[in-house]
Amino acid sequence: MSTVEVPPTKHVGQSLRRKEDPRLITGRATYVDDLALPGMLHAAVVRSPEAHARVVAIDASAALARPGIKAVYTGEDMSDLLAPLPMAWAPPGVEIKTPERWPLVRGHVRHMGDAVALVIGDDKYVVVDAAADVEVEYESLPVVIDVEQALKDEVLVHASLGTNKTHEWSMGGGGDIEQALAASDVVVQRRIVNHRTAGAAMEPRGCIAEYRAGALTVWSSTQVPHLLRLFYAVQMGISEDKVRVIAPEVGGGFGGKLQVCAEETMCAWASRKLGRPVKWIETRSENMAVSHHGRDQVDYVRMGATADGKITAFHAKIIQDLGAYFGLLTPMIPELGAFVMTGCYAIPVVQTDIVGVLTNKFFTDAIRGAGRPEMTHMLEVMIDQLAEELGIDPIELRRRNFIAPEQFPYETPYGITYDSGNYEAALDRALEIVDMEAFRAEQADLRSRGVLRGIGFSTYTEICGLAPSRAVGPSGFGLGIGLYESALVRVHPTGSVTVYTGASPHGQGHETGFAQIVADRVGTDPSVVEIVHGDTATGPMGLGTYGSRSLSVGGVAVAHAAEKIAQKAREIVAHNLEADPADIEVRDGRFSLKGDPDQGMTLAEVAGCAYVDATKMPEGMELGLEQALIYDPSNFVFPFGTHVCVVDVDPETGKVEVVRWVAVDDCGPAVNPMLIDGQVHGGIVHGIGQAIYEQVVYDERGQLVTGTFVDYALPTTMEVPSFETDRTETKSPSNSLGVKGIGEAGTIAATPAIVNAVIDALRHEGISFIDMPLTPLRVWQALEQARGDGNGPRDSEQGASLPAQGEGSAGSGPTIPEGGRS
Amino acid sequence: MIGAEFDYAVAESVDDAIALLAEGGEDAKLLAGGHSLVPLMKLRFAAPSLLVDLRRVDELRGIQTGGDSFRIGALTRHAELQARADMGLVAAVATQIADQQVRNRGTIGGSLAHGDAAADLPAVLLACDGSVVVRGPDGEREIAAADLFEGYLTTTVAHGEVLTEVRLPALTGYGYGYEKFNRRAEDWAMVGVSALVKSDGGVCQDVRIGLTHMGATPLRASAAEDALRGQPLDAEHIAAAAALAADATSPLGDLNATPEYKQHLARVLTRRALTTASAA
Ligand SMILES: Cc1cc2nc3c(=O)[nH]c(=O)nc-3n(C[C@H](O)[C@H](O)[C@H](O)COP(=O)(O)OP(=O)(O)OC[C@H]3O[C@@H](n4cnc5c(N)ncnc54)[C@H](O)[C@@H]3O)c2cc1C
Repeated sequence: MSTVEVPPTKHVGQSLRRKEDPRLITGRATYVDDLALPGMLHAAVVRSPEAHARVVAIDASAALARPGIKAVYTGEDMSDLLAPLPMAWAPPGVEIKTPERWPLVRGHVRHMGDAVALVIGDDKYVVVDAAADVEVEYESLPVVIDVEQALKDEVLVHASLGTNKTHEWSMGGGGDIEQALAASDVVVQRRIVNHRTAGAAMEPRGCIAEYRAGALTVWSSTQVPHLLRLFYAVQMGISEDKVRVIAPEVGGGFGGKLQVCAEETMCAWASRKLGRPVKWIETRSENMAVSHHGRDQVDYVRMGATADGKITAFHAKIIQDLGAYFGLLTPMIPELGAFVMTGCYAIPVVQTDIVGVLTNKFFTDAIRGAGRPEMTHMLEVMIDQLAEELGIDPIELRRRNFIAPEQFPYETPYGITYDSGNYEAALDRALEIVDMEAFRAEQADLRSRGVLRGIGFSTYTEICGLAPSRAVGPSGFGLGIGLYESALVRVHPTGSVTVYTGASPHGQGHETGFAQIVADRVGTDPSVVEIVHGDTATGPMGLGTYGSRSLSVGGVAVAHAAEKIAQKAREIVAHNLEADPADIEVRDGRFSLKGDPDQGMTLAEVAGCAYVDATKMPEGMELGLEQALIYDPSNFVFPFGTHVCVVDVDPETGKVEVVRWVAVDDCGPAVNPMLIDGQVHGGIVHGIGQAIYEQVVYDERGQLVTGTFVDYALPTTMEVPSFETDRTETKSPSNSLGVKGIGEAGTIAATPAIVNAVIDALRHEGISFIDMPLTPLRVWQALEQARGDGNGPRDSEQGASLPAQGEGSAGSGPTIPEGGRS
Repeated sequence: MIGAEFDYAVAESVDDAIALLAEGGEDAKLLAGGHSLVPLMKLRFAAPSLLVDLRRVDELRGIQTGGDSFRIGALTRHAELQARADMGLVAAVATQIADQQVRNRGTIGGSLAHGDAAADLPAVLLACDGSVVVRGPDGEREIAAADLFEGYLTTTVAHGEVLTEVRLPALTGYGYGYEKFNRRAEDWAMVGVSALVKSDGGVCQDVRIGLTHMGATPLRASAAEDALRGQPLDAEHIAAAAALAADATSPLGDLNATPEYKQHLARVLTRRALTTASAA
């Protein structure tokens, strides 16, 4: 597109209010559960109360005897499915043992909540009652929950695989890691636990599947409608053209809906079997138990450096807790993090060794950041550990190792090329806002009055904008498909515009940002640019929304299509003004002659030529004003920035409170600063959640202890400060908008800033390391331990100890019953 | 999150409710604010056969102030208590129950009859030496706070009885303090401590300390009370008394706390609550 000059911007860069908000905040939006079809049946799933067992017998007679129950199906009934649920990563040269996952189990359950039977009936109440009537006889099998225990293979999650270790994946760069560490003046090492979290989208999953007249339509609360179409076609043996997937309003995903869900395949299958639409809406209890979890790694990390603070080597051994099966992307999550193992730093020698291990828990998969928060956590926490070891200020240590602005494009030891960056500038801006001198004075003053205040930094970069198709596809990184994106821009005869995007937003605000991009290019107002998404029957093939890809891939596709429209419009205008197309520009909402802006045409007038009065079209030019294209990015994008967290720790109770947050992010030129703030705010809250509040906990029998929002403690507005956000703008040379992603950056940056802040607050107490989540109990225990022996432990083994179990529930409210029925 | 099937009836009066409960049999249950019962039903921990809704029973509403005591109708919502500055500790505690939506629905009668170990108001009733009035097929009786709470989620309000009124002494001249410790502002208490202190020239004349979530029922920190009564209300004596706050408690551990941690919290929070109460 380099031939097309980027028009002067007007709407891009403005904090335009979100076009989607009026319908969302007045209850006019349509989610899956708002839809009803004539003759629709309802589904409920019978789930295993056991974490590991053989299914001896299933007796559905009582359930079937209930009035209104149409059918009860088991795994064997669905043996005509042509393929198990997919795992879409087959890296060339790596052997992966993939456990088969069918929508309903066939003989064994392997985690609490595993799906044993499907109950179909007339209304949503009767199916839940009937599901409780289904008698399942289980023969209990031993359970393995701890990932390092599972590595010993004493209890096998899938006996047929012969081991719990599904794969090993190693990547090294820059030289021999052991030599580099041995040659370092100092080496710091830690065992860091990055615990399991839940996505917890506001709208749980759900679908309606309707098989009628040989064609399947599925309404799904999904981030990836086109991928679902592909997989339904494969699983059910239906020609892809006969499958349509619609994502109506989707109330959040966070990666949890980047999944091919067992329940949706069940409904599609049952609809074909029964000839009626089938609806399934996930309950919150199911959402906590069987919507995929995230994170869950044990990391052994070593960082080497010279005495004057040059990092020489960084090694991570990652033990990934996969859970009992693979979801769509499960085994590749840590690998995604490995790609930014060097973060913002010029680290010459790196190595990542990943081991995937099965346990009797629900599977983990991509949750906001997917691998990159874990890796950034290790790196940024270790920088502070190294700073303490060397006696160098952690900010200064970061500066000494930053990749300098003139080094871009910068190739890391892993052969990844960072597009652009100016890490010092973002750090400097953050320090202007924070004022470290004033902070240290305040900290000392507060400490003398018994308040332990600490500050923590995280200077991050991450890899997003998924993704250049050649690099990530089957012959590259090994994904089952390339990650290009499509756009179709259609100008209507009256000059208003409909844009079809393959991105599939679920709260981000694409309808606003994409409209701004298009409006500027075709000389109209964003209010008459409608963005259509999430329906496989409307636009071209699309890949969906995840991996902070929508703007830098989908948005760029839209921009390119709009620019092609603008080029055609220029030619039409030039023809009518008897001018040279090169002299036509978009200005003040119309196409006008350079130097003589009174001469020109509006988009509506151009559309009039293209659709209504063909005599006004240049000779030989096709009628109409419409452009479809697919854009494949040439590289990933690498946003970066500095996050600063200030915490207060109660020295008596161990309670941590975040009292200040400064975030300076750089995601290139802002299309809509308000949308960026929204993503950053949410991203930070997500990180605060993991660092202090949230944890998915299973007991040793594999029972989920945190089955409700009473026990799975999502932070609320009361737990977070008002965020101070700012930006620097460094263009990405990889796309014509210069933009980078921002959807995950806050989450990727946040957790180490919090841990570093807490350690800063507690270091004088003898605490130099502590694992997440920084619950009051855990911090108090660390304080007790430190106070117990004069110097305090250099290594408190916080990460290893889970809270003792007693009553189970944290409050007294409802907790999940054994077996976790909803 | 769909409960089991149940029947539903709306009572027009307390006597009507008693009659409906009697007809409904042993699985009939009263419904007040529904913010403890309905979540349990949705998770199928509770599956009553009949719900007798109290919402139209106006005789259960309203707060009467009579000289040295308050008589609080069982249907009084937490939000109403929250707004009553004249009710001191009770208002301060009500403000910290859950979030405003819950406070707009939950009732004092429901909270006390439910007997949740982590609920805020039971320990206040106990610290105040208040009582409740219940009416059943056999007539009316008054139950002292000390006799109300029996065990985890069980009270001595018998099946078939309606808790009609809560009686609290006004405790004029007492300073008060409430320390609720939780992870998030809207959570139930990991531990809560309510303290009432009557001071005479800086000397403790009387003190009551109620402990929340330190056992299956609310508790009084008697050893700490005894240690402070008659002593100067200075930091040293308060700390010495607070150090005894967890004596004779044996809390269970849970997801968020070990028994030792809870006992530690009880001591810290008692010191803080006593300090606030003494300063008032
Ligand atoms: C998200 C959430 C957070 C909460 N957090 C807190 C908290 O921090 N602190 C706290 O104290 N509480 C908390 N609660 C509980 C809330 O305060 C409840 O509303 C209250 O405890 C019960 O009152 P209710 O009127 O809702 O009772 P209901 O739920 O209607 O009834 C509870 C039980 O009491 C019985 N009952 C009700 N009224 C009577 C009566 N008059 N006579 C005899 N029996 C009766 C019912 O049959 C039932 O068994 C929370 C609730 C929720 C949903």
